[in-house]
Amino acid sequence: MSERAAVSPPDEQDDEQEQAEQREQPAASTETEPQPVTTGAQSVIRALENVGVEYAFGVQGGAIMPVYDALYDSEITHVTMAHEQGASHAADAYGIVSGEPGVCLATSGPGATNLVTGIADADMDSDPMIALTGQVPTEMVGNDAFQETDTTGVTTPITKANTFSSHADTVGDDVGEAFALANTGRPGPTLVDLPKDVTLSETDREPAEATVPDTYEVQERADDEIVRAAARRIEDSQRPALLLGGGVIKGDASEACREFATEHEIPVVTTMPGIGSFPEDHELAMEMAGMHGTGYANMAITHCDTLIGIGTRFDDRLTGGIETFAPDAELIHIDIDPAEISKNIHAEYPLVGDAATVVEQLDEEMEHSPQAKKWRAQCQQWKSEYPMAYDTPEDEPVKPQFVVEALDEATSDRAIVTTGVGQHQMWACQYWTYTEPRTWVSSHGLGTMGYGFPAAVGARLAADDDQEVICVEGDGSFLMTMQELAVAVREHLDITVVVLNNEYIGMVRQWQDAFFEGRHSASEYHWCPEFDTLAEAFGAKGFRIDEYDEVADTVEAALAYDGPSVIDAHIDPQANVYPMVPSGGDNGQFALSEDQL
Amino acid sequence: MTQGLEGPAPEDRPKPQGRRNAQGIRIDPEVEAEPAVRRTVISALVKHEPGVLSDVSGLFSRRQFNIESLTVGPTEDDDRARITLVIEEHEPGIEQAKKQLRKLVPVISVRELAPDAMRRELMLIKVNATRPDQVAAVAEMYDGQTVDASPETVTVQVTGSRQKIEAAVETFEQFGIREISRTGTTALARGNEETAATNGPASESTPEYTEDGTPTHPQTTPSDDD
Ligand SMILES: Cc1ncc(C[n+]2csc(CCOP(=O)(O)OP(=O)(O)O)c2C)c(N)n1
Repeated sequence: MSERAAVSPPDEQDDEQEQAEQREQPAASTETEPQPVTTGAQSVIRALENVGVEYAFGVQGGAIMPVYDALYDSEITHVTMAHEQGASHAADAYGIVSGEPGVCLATSGPGATNLVTGIADADMDSDPMIALTGQVPTEMVGNDAFQETDTTGVTTPITKANTFSSHADTVGDDVGEAFALANTGRPGPTLVDLPKDVTLSETDREPAEATVPDTYEVQERADDEIVRAAARRIEDSQRPALLLGGGVIKGDASEACREFATEHEIPVVTTMPGIGSFPEDHELAMEMAGMHGTGYANMAITHCDTLIGIGTRFDDRLTGGIETFAPDAELIHIDIDPAEISKNIHAEYPLVGDAATVVEQLDEEMEHSPQAKKWRAQCQQWKSEYPMAYDTPEDEPVKPQFVVEALDEATSDRAIVTTGVGQHQMWACQYWTYTEPRTWVSSHGLGTMGYGFPAAVGARLAADDDQEVICVEGDGSFLMTMQELAVAVREHLDITVVVLNNEYIGMVRQWQDAFFEGRHSASEYHWCPEFDTLAEAFGAKGFRIDEYDEVADTVEAALAYDGPSVIDAHIDPQANVYPMVPSGGDNGQFALSEDQL
Repeated sequence: MTQGLEGPAPEDRPKPQGRRNAQGIRIDPEVEAEPAVRRTVISALVKHEPGVLSDVSGLFSRRQFNIESLTVGPTEDDDRARITLVIEEHEPGIEQAKKQLRKLVPVISVRELAPDAMRRELMLIKVNATRPDQVAAVAEMYDGQTVDASPETVTVQVTGSRQKIEAAVETFEQFGIREISRTGTTALARGNEETAATNGPASESTPEYTEDGTPTHPQTTPSDDD
């Protein structure tokens, strides 16, 4: 993300006369000298400008109108989305790709409740995001006024912090604090609820510097004694494995982890949010573990004797059944959030701190690398024993894996992939080779169908121009939020969508085949819109794939198109995602096909 | 039609030796002991602002912590309130509760009180006034005070530990209890020890660490005082 020139607020003026003079004199350089704040709403916008916000995603409405009015004069680019859910996912993805909190805005009531899915999604994935919601005027709160919803009440369990702003003088401070909180320590979504009277009221108070409240403490460095003990444990280990989670990417620790892994030759497994933290084409890469992880990753994690988990919360889709998760391993757990340590898996070596800092601490303590040659050979053997291979018989429908690989080949290493939720998401994990952090943008913890396309909008605006943005969708997921195509067309956003169209809500169909005797209750469409024609109706470019020999050319043409394009790829409707560890199952017993479940 | 991948089938793969219990702690597969549940008092010093009580109570219900009582009230500092929680959990659950509590932004500090901490509860108990003299005698037995008397009812205030209150309730039962209102436990640490310090370390929730890599917990046997 380009560094934006810091706009510093004018010094706080106590002297009224001086202030009046300042107001009369037009600012010398209109570009950098902001006008003094006159209302709560302006203070809100000023607080965003002060922290360098470039984009905001939202939808207008009654209670938030004063804020939008102030935004009218701001250099912040507002992207009007088709639906507030889209705004929340766009902001979330913007936060993932840029590393700075994404901003979304909505009015009170339905506007705010439409943000809820995206806020919950950001909360589960610890994505930095700030939501600003309009609220009915303070004196009407509690009266069931028009479009009144207890937004702070609704969002308390799904935000890192939220506030109901009570005064125009301090509303800008609230916004600054929320922004700072969203990206300090373990990131997460924050929300500021803005009653209309507060944003309309006059104030000349400039927002204070954006800082976290003094009660909020973050530990950067881990306890030296535990670091020492952990280093001894790694040195003595015969079967060490690194497990990199999303926290590695959020903490910008990918490089430190990569150095640690390669220096000490430790095989690396990632979680799904950890995809991109370690190059998957590296010899030590075992790729993703868990429910649909690779066989070799699951073997490595099941058989290691020392597991170094970094920035991971040991979610159940990763661990499967707790009883059988890495059962021979002592756990060294590095996390910035002390509450994650020993929450699901007991950590013998609890290391609270910033991922990059603690990995460096650990590296400094290491006197020699573990003697794990045999183990590494074993890991390589598993890689060849459990290949992620698939057949492509010419006379059968196109395999989804083939389409994913074709897109990967046709794009750069820094291309960004966003997804919906379902089988297509898993194929995008498994068959795309990720080598860079912040290139994998997906809904992990909440598993939100409909995430993919609005996320691509946010990712596009956060990405560099030379980074392609590819949205891998399922037909079901795309149908949930595809109306945001209108936004992509309006804003000329270069996004390539590929719908892996199986005319099923496929992941459900796969589970029904495996666990419900093939009874396809509410998972078959029998009919699906023609996504290519639909795309054209929006003003985007539409393509269609039915045969293998159309794949390469279509992918090339869609990528070459400057603007949003949609490839409706009709894939093998019976294709399934394997390997698979059923819910609560044993990772080491992953099934390679349905008959092994 | 079944599609799948190649590789040794589950039954042909090597199996690990170990096992974890439901708390994710590695255990001897032979002895699958569940950690014991204990009752403990957690004191949290919080910013005195709207929403913190619901933040705290929401957290405990959302994360399914077993909570026995929750009290809140002002402190020596107008800007701070103290929340006292009595919870019943196994050791990992207690640690997790403290850490989650500490994570809430308006929470300043969190501490689990030692078993000898002062714990008190207040009860108002309204009974039938058919035998007023005997009610007065029972009240005295529990250091209670009669706070209201009408031709039909007597209301007594009793303070003390949970056990004492419970014993009092049992004794008052003979008169016919009309209504009870209890405050739940409030508590302070003894002597120089701070209950939940304003400037002290945030919490003592990171487990102490021993040479062999196992965290130690203060293995205290809780006992209500009085
Ligand atoms: C909002 C939402 N609703 C329901 C689900 C449950 N669900 C998970 S995967 C899935 C099917 C997804 O179908 P599709 O998007 O077509 O992808 P496919 O699995 O076919 O690739 C459903 C319904 C969900 N994850 N999110």
